[in-house]
Amino acid sequence: MAAPVLSIRNLTVEIPTRHGILKPVDGVSYDIVGGEILGIVGESGAGKSMAGNAVIGLLSPPAHIAKGEIWLNGARVDQLKGEAMRRIRGKEIGMVFQDPLTSLNPLLRIGDQLVETMLTHLPISHAEAEKRAIAALEEVGIPGAAKRVNSYPHEFSGGMRQRVVIALALCAEPSLIIADEPTTALDVSVQAQIMALLKRLCRDRGTAVMLITHDMGVIAEAADRVAVMYAGRLAELGPVREVITAPRHPYTHGLMASTPLASKGQKRLHQIPGAMPRLDAVPDGCAFNPRCPYVQDKCRHAPGPTAEGNAAACWFPLVQEELS
Amino acid sequence: MSETPIPAQKSRLRAALESDLFYTFTRSPVAVVAAFVVLLMLLASVFAPLIAPTNPFDPASLNLMNGFTAPMAANDFTGDVFLLGTDDQGRDVFSTILYGMRISLFVGVSAVLFAMVLGITLGLLSGYLGGWVETIIMRTADVQLTFPSILVAMLIFGIAKGITPVEYRDQMAIWVLILAIGLSDWVQFARVVRGATLVEKNKEYVEAARLIGRGSGAIMLRHILPNVLSPVLVIATISLALAIIAEATLSFLGVGAPPTQPSLGTLIRIGQGFLFSGEWWILLFPATTLLALALSVNLLGDWLRDALNPRLR
Amino acid sequence: MALVSVKNLSRVFDVSKPWLNRVLEREPKAFLTAVSEVDFEVEPQTTYALVGESGSGKSTIGRMLVGLLKPSGGNVDIDGVDLANETDAAKIDAIRSDIQMIFQDPYASLNPRWRVRDIIAEPVAARGGKTDGLAEKLLEQVGLSVKDAGKFPHEFSGGQRQRICIARALASEPRLIVCDEPTSALDVSVQSQVLNLMSDLKDNFGLTYVLITHDLTVVQHMADRIGVLYLGRLVEEGAPEDLFDAPKHPYTQMLLDAAPRMDGFGREATPPEGEIPDPINPPSGCAFHPRCPLAAEVCHKERPVMRRLGNTRVACHMAEE
Repeated sequence: MAAPVLSIRNLTVEIPTRHGILKPVDGVSYDIVGGEILGIVGESGAGKSMAGNAVIGLLSPPAHIAKGEIWLNGARVDQLKGEAMRRIRGKEIGMVFQDPLTSLNPLLRIGDQLVETMLTHLPISHAEAEKRAIAALEEVGIPGAAKRVNSYPHEFSGGMRQRVVIALALCAEPSLIIADEPTTALDVSVQAQIMALLKRLCRDRGTAVMLITHDMGVIAEAADRVAVMYAGRLAELGPVREVITAPRHPYTHGLMASTPLASKGQKRLHQIPGAMPRLDAVPDGCAFNPRCPYVQDKCRHAPGPTAEGNAAACWFPLVQEELS
Repeated sequence: MSETPIPAQKSRLRAALESDLFYTFTRSPVAVVAAFVVLLMLLASVFAPLIAPTNPFDPASLNLMNGFTAPMAANDFTGDVFLLGTDDQGRDVFSTILYGMRISLFVGVSAVLFAMVLGITLGLLSGYLGGWVETIIMRTADVQLTFPSILVAMLIFGIAKGITPVEYRDQMAIWVLILAIGLSDWVQFARVVRGATLVEKNKEYVEAARLIGRGSGAIMLRHILPNVLSPVLVIATISLALAIIAEATLSFLGVGAPPTQPSLGTLIRIGQGFLFSGEWWILLFPATTLLALALSVNLLGDWLRDALNPRLR
Repeated sequence: MALVSVKNLSRVFDVSKPWLNRVLEREPKAFLTAVSEVDFEVEPQTTYALVGESGSGKSTIGRMLVGLLKPSGGNVDIDGVDLANETDAAKIDAIRSDIQMIFQDPYASLNPRWRVRDIIAEPVAARGGKTDGLAEKLLEQVGLSVKDAGKFPHEFSGGQRQRICIARALASEPRLIVCDEPTSALDVSVQSQVLNLMSDLKDNFGLTYVLITHDLTVVQHMADRIGVLYLGRLVEEGAPEDLFDAPKHPYTQMLLDAAPRMDGFGREATPPEGEIPDPINPPSGCAFHPRCPLAAEVCHKERPVMRRLGNTRVACHMAEE
């Protein structure tokens, strides 16, 4: 296997509050190799976005990385500060957020934003950058790209804007793209277009992608591997087909089973009792133990083993026969 | 399950002491000091008759011989000592300040309450009803904003004074002052409340209330009003400082509190006549009190604005 | 007899700029047709789903059903009473308590300054009804605890808040509940809890639901009949088995193809062409023709009428059995 583009080791993010220290990300480890799409799924509050923000150094204080390491292309980046981090962020990491307007400056023409990003990070001339900006917009499927480079962000529809954001994220030829709920605000038909685009471009360029979403369908269709997060911890990590069709962690199993698609033809949907614990009330032992149908005494005291490689963070992982 | 007793709700005091607002308050030394000063002055003015050594407005207790006594010095004729000295008529400056602060605070608080009630009502109406109601109210507000508020207050004061009968003028002066300052100050309440109302009225809980047939009045009062009050609280505090200063300004100009009921502003006006003849204390102490009061209230308002603003937290 | 009967329903919004801007910029008034000539009926104790993407007019229809918006044309009859045109106050009041709504955003739909008890009892209290113990009883029915009645909304999670909204909707013992994207703000595992609760309550109280959503998987699970909307027009209506297995309108087909699938590992389907057009200037003829793979000459010119094909109704010139 090729050397990973991004490698996260035992990452822990802490937020000190007056009621104690919260851990929105707690001992998470995973790798992403070039050309691979790693899906990060979890429910709101599971810490999936926080892990992405830690990688790009955009944790809003008082949240901070308390433990662990982040390696990008063989260099450690979790301790970089200020200017050094900014340079890495623009050059090595591209970002696509749920709301395209957070990545685009509303006062600048999109062409200028593309040119500026390329000039900052690539050794090319202004004329060359302008040529590449048009090519980049053509590549993401903006009709009439040569004319549209002079438009402002508000002149595009939601779907087109997200295409522009993808062009902007890719124009400095980064090795990693972090896509945080990139299609959540879009309609189904546009979502399909954007996902197809993201998949094609990253595969062609060998870019690693961290795809953060709550939509299991999107993960199933786009991701190569998937990491399931629960209460700040990694519950399960593995190839997407295995995790979805043969989950080993009881939480993953419950999550998959509770989607209406999985209960086709049944009168009632599968449901996991209770709700994910709030960060100030994560139970001892395995965080999932109060909701787990297979809970045993050990789960209440010892935190589950960490999920690394292809594994579930569970003392008693499900064997497939038990499920059907 | 129905047998489960319903636990007593947290008392309001407990809830307040555990709230985030109180927590940030205890962590802000400026706010604590400012609150302490304001509280002290409030208590001092409420209990002025008990604290003040003399009643400066009881002619019987005055001795003209005590005039122009310096602070903490014995009077040449009577040998009396006054903490902050006396003025030209032998009134104890400390006592006049306590009574003056009383008038200042009373006028300030009443004027802000008046402006608040007026502003909230008009703001709610224009925000919720929209249309021509909004146009009339908000355009009136715009026009009023083009004049300095002290000018508006003077205008209202002048008109009101003109129509009150001469024999009631001194008695009515304080109320006219409250009316004048209040009327000059309602605009910002109305603007803020209108803005907040526009946000709230499109929330789904208001739709849910409309759906079951609640009338506009009930929705405005019971649903929207409680949700637009936090910015009002901030403005009210800052307005209080401004109202106290406005009152002092008017009184200083001689169009405010009458000499029979002097406020801090009146005292400053009286005092400035003696500044260059060496009796500095007659001016300095009332002026320092006004400064401390207005500054503390303002600092408290600033802190409240930051503490209630979710973006700054 | 149908509980809800919608006939020729239309709604136009005036989206013009202010008068002065229009005069200075020489622009005409602009109108947005959010809903255009929609017909459907909802049988009692069934779930009717309105599906569509943004701009399809599904929420506008929902708001007209419950009387929050007045139709610009056509009418909505609930149990034979037309809320917008009825003059008998007693009848309006009776029908009002028969209709309730559940909203999308569980954070905005509960007044943050009210206790849960007062929120839930409000539909009854507003009519001067008896509310003793009502909130507590309803809280138990939606799976919350009696002692939650004294709390404020911010003490609850999104899923719990949606349960409180459901409890409030049940308070006036309604027959019809319009649910506007009831689970789209919720996580999957919470969504399944809320959907199951809705199914149970429907059986227990004999409720009728109009379910408004963009989520086809929810629709497939919940609906007895589905209406697909595109740009304010009803394009296809049928039972879930017909619609999902053999969609007759090309737009329905496109929606089904575009929706991500849990078993679609590495699926490389060609994504649909184009985006939803501007509703202020909708395309001529069939609104879907610019994106339609089957579009013919007639589709540019004539707006297709709803016609019955087997068990479904479809508005397409090209659709065949």
